Amino acid sequence: MPLPYRVLAVHQDTADVATLDMEPVGAAIPEPKPGQFTMLYAFGVGEAPISVSGAPVNGAPLVHTVRGVGAVSNAITHLHPGQEIGVRGPYGTAWPVEQADSHDILFVAGGLGLAPLRPAVRHVLANRDRYGRVSLLYGTRGPEDMLYREELTDWRRMLDVEIEVTVDHADRTWRGAVGVVTNLIPRAGFDPAHTTALVCGPEVMMRFSIMALQSAGLPFDRTYLSLERSMKCGMGLCGRCQFGADFVCKEGAVMRYDRIAHIFTVREI
Amino acid sequence: METLERIVLEQKIFAGLDPDIGALITGCARNHHFEPGAYLFHEGEEAKEFFLVRHGDVALEITSPGRRTLVLNTVHDGDIVGASWLCPPYRWTSDARARTHVRALGFDASCLRDKCDEDPRVGYAMMKRFTPLMVSRLQAAHMQLLDVYGRPEGV
Repeated sequence: MPLPYRVLAVHQDTADVATLDMEPVGAAIPEPKPGQFTMLYAFGVGEAPISVSGAPVNGAPLVHTVRGVGAVSNAITHLHPGQEIGVRGPYGTAWPVEQADSHDILFVAGGLGLAPLRPAVRHVLANRDRYGRVSLLYGTRGPEDMLYREELTDWRRMLDVEIEVTVDHADRTWRGAVGVVTNLIPRAGFDPAHTTALVCGPEVMMRFSIMALQSAGLPFDRTYLSLERSMKCGMGLCGRCQFGADFVCKEGAVMRYDRIAHIFTVREI
Repeated sequence: METLERIVLEQKIFAGLDPDIGALITGCARNHHFEPGAYLFHEGEEAKEFFLVRHGDVALEITSPGRRTLVLNTVHDGDIVGASWLCPPYRWTSDARARTHVRALGFDASCLRDKCDEDPRVGYAMMKRFTPLMVSRLQAAHMQLLDVYGRPEGV
């Protein structure tokens, strides 16, 4: 059953993307691991799976970043502080931030894909001494579509983290890089023998990113990505999100690429 | 000349090049320096010389009447600026503008094409280096065209 949560704040990230801070009205869901998702229930409308973009650690609120694209997600993005929402979960697999201990970490995020990666980035930065080189490559549609601009700026101020941002489309007022996020991969200068890559974004972006990572020598068994599939139950019961032999809601959404490489680009799956 | 040859052969795109081919290519090269805002070339001009950025940022831009100038791509240290010198009609299809101070190597396109014609080894060495570059830029253009971060259909 969904647990009632109260919306504390709504941050309008872009025209159709909002980030909601929420706290439990009574009992809370277990603390999500980076990469896990919850089922958010807009009362009277329906449920949608949404990746956690900020875990409720040390008194922080539970945070979800949502793009309004359908009835449920639109209802969620139009909630106001004080209103309630149902939350159940957390579900799914987590980014391998523990297994990647002592590795160099390369985050590759595209568009809204930065949201599911943010808890992993925060985890790595909070435990900075446990990891080698840390790089985040982030691509968005345009400068106005960038998520978490203040936090990106804070991360960039850290002297031992490399943050590279590029946009697909811009005019001359944008002083940063223009081009697709995969352009940043050959320039990232990581050592493929000691790097784990965490990739999240639209599936086409992930396909091209994996090719670029492969060209740079990164093995599939240290490449992780987060899949997005239509989900209903979130618990591996209904089969809506079946992907080959797996259910994305249970065996994903975070999956190691060598496990799914043989079906990742098969259109019928 | 030796210094320029060393600079040319240090560039990532020319990694592994036979020294004698490197010397031939260097014969078509010269150093350039561009101030911020200066144009390396303009759309429609003959592609007489292409560039390899040693240091700095260059924007490839398109301007059309009544619209803001759009930046198609930015290129940076170690990147090639311009591929239209390879294929007829040898005309640039965008502007290239320095966004910072830019140090670059310029390669005389006619000189290099002549050397490729004269010695197939040179032509093949260039093809092996420029084909992956063009394929990756084509893939990047596909991604931009697909607008992968655009609004998905309602669910």
